Amino acid sequence: MTAPAAQFTLDARRVAPDTRHRGIIQTAMGKYEVVRDQRKLWFQDWQGARNLAARTKFAAVNQLDTHLAEFAKNLEARGTKIHWASNAEQARSIILGILKAKNAKVVVKSKAMTSEEIHLNDAMETAGCEVVESDLGEYIVQLRQEPPYHLVFPAMHLTRGEIQKTFQDKLLDAPTDNPEDLTMVARRVLRQKYIQADVGITGANFAIAETGMISITENEGNARLTAALPKTMITLVGIEKVLPRLADLALFLPMLAVMGTGQALTCYNTLYGGPRQPGEADGPEEYHVVLLDNQRTTLLADAEQRDALGCIRCGACLNVCPIFRNVGGHTYGTVYGGPIGSVITPHLRGLQDWKHLSFASSLCGACTETCPVKIDLHHHLLQNRRNAFAPATGKPSWWQKTAFKLFAPVANSPALWSLTTKLGRFGQIFHGLVKGSALDPAQAWTKTREVAPIAKQSFREWMKERES
Amino acid sequence: MTISLFIPCFVDLMYPKVGISMVNIFEKLGHKVAVPKGPACCGQPAFNSGYWDESRTIATQMLESLKDADVVVIASGSCGAMMKVFYPELFAGTKYEAMARELAPKCFEFSSFLVNKLGVTDLGAKFPHKVTFHDGCHGLRELNNKRPPRELLAKVRGLELVEMTAAETCCGFGGTFSAKFPAISTAMAEVKCASAIDTKAEYIVSCDSSCLMQIQGLADKQRQPAKTIHLAEILAQS
Repeated sequence: MTAPAAQFTLDARRVAPDTRHRGIIQTAMGKYEVVRDQRKLWFQDWQGARNLAARTKFAAVNQLDTHLAEFAKNLEARGTKIHWASNAEQARSIILGILKAKNAKVVVKSKAMTSEEIHLNDAMETAGCEVVESDLGEYIVQLRQEPPYHLVFPAMHLTRGEIQKTFQDKLLDAPTDNPEDLTMVARRVLRQKYIQADVGITGANFAIAETGMISITENEGNARLTAALPKTMITLVGIEKVLPRLADLALFLPMLAVMGTGQALTCYNTLYGGPRQPGEADGPEEYHVVLLDNQRTTLLADAEQRDALGCIRCGACLNVCPIFRNVGGHTYGTVYGGPIGSVITPHLRGLQDWKHLSFASSLCGACTETCPVKIDLHHHLLQNRRNAFAPATGKPSWWQKTAFKLFAPVANSPALWSLTTKLGRFGQIFHGLVKGSALDPAQAWTKTREVAPIAKQSFREWMKERES
Repeated sequence: MTISLFIPCFVDLMYPKVGISMVNIFEKLGHKVAVPKGPACCGQPAFNSGYWDESRTIATQMLESLKDADVVVIASGSCGAMMKVFYPELFAGTKYEAMARELAPKCFEFSSFLVNKLGVTDLGAKFPHKVTFHDGCHGLRELNNKRPPRELLAKVRGLELVEMTAAETCCGFGGTFSAKFPAISTAMAEVKCASAIDTKAEYIVSCDSSCLMQIQGLADKQRQPAKTIHLAEILAQS
């Protein structure tokens, strides 16, 4: 077993039976489901909207090269510096280079999963910068030195009491566990940081090719402050975020809000089109956009699974996933958790190291059913499984292959099946002696579940008796 | 018509009453039932585990044994989805692709066969109990089988259907998943079981014995008051 697989199994074993954790997630998701379903009804035709969104994103991904060139050209025309990063290391060194040139001491950030992907905070801190996350949830997990728990709700696993304790320990200020009081504490701290910051770093929800703009959706206004107050702004964006037309946002902004948080629209939706232009009153003096590949083109080259690049990171597939809801966001050990993470992580970080995530699924398909851009998520998990073990693309496990090779002739031959039925009936007499114990070959099942006995007369035996 | 009835391996061994009920129901409706002399398994365990070559060893036999069938009824939404939805994918680009594509439209899950193909919803069954229905994921999402089992239950005398909140939530079985990740699988079964028990129903009904095996297995181990029964067994009661 690879190290990530062993860690996953260990953490899943610890978290899945934890009913307190399960309760927190169930309560949060229960509330989300109610508002999400109410807002979906505001669409005249939700399935039609999904179809359109899926088509638009798939077409955009299939013409990524032209859209990206147009996007870059339009941004450059207004004085933005575009950087192309093939991998995480390049992206980090581009950003560290900018920080160095600006002699930056304090950096504020708004939410950006891409920055988690390239481990940007560590790199900036090692380079001597103070880095402050300005999204409240991200700020909380940063104080706790934890990775975000969820794509959209980084601190959803924490109770208000735990957040109060974190603020007391780290900020020495937490009068009550009232969410408004705690928010005011964070706000007082963060406001100072916006003023002190030399550089603001953001992610992006969409990159509009037609106009050369970055679209950011948020609920706290923190991305606006991150973009507006520091003299230098950097946006780190995955190349797959591109949308061809400005008008596409009319569909994608409400869709992202509905599926992400159950809102009709998030509170702030802002388009950033470059540094401060002559005659403008505010905005950064310098604007850098870093376009990140980091194996996205590998996924693009996979004809079966490239629709996964259409992901708008709404987190809806995590929210409905019974695996996510039981093992939680940290167990995955990946930046992108839940079904979408299980699909794309093998492409981004290597199939053999991350194939276990594709197996850690009952293939129930709730993810595919909910995905607003109709990514065929659970079937991609099946394809990852096949690719992991097919002789042509992966490494078969000898014992599994042998087991299935031995099973095939038994299943195929009525005589051998009949013999197996009888042997099974005989074997289960002794099974009772070890059932559920470490000696039980079926312990994975029997430790927590009773096993159904083989019937005195199987269906095929009944049929045979009836026909004779 | 002659109905080819495929009883999957574990139903054959552990839940023969499900198959027997189906035979009785079809014969009562005036049809002839044939049990093909093909494989006992559809090949899904190997397929879901990534071993498509080994899965094809079984599935080709299945294609051969069913090539002359008019209709095939499968006593499981999951195995039904395997044959109807996944065989064409499994055989894509092989010489069996055409056979797999020919078989797919002839395959029906039991409840969908009764309602959608035969147009029967009332089998004259009587089952004076409060029940809740568990949607097996493959039946629900691969075969779009939400409506048929409920239409059938609605016509059962004395039966009251109470929907559970988590009706469409996976029970956590998932084939080999249940043994590969027992902790996760068990947690999922607990969520399912709790939701079913909340309805105060006497029985948890499903079209999939595999889900019921998982739910009953957990309930028995934890001494929870849950009883499971396959839809066919209810419909065969008079």
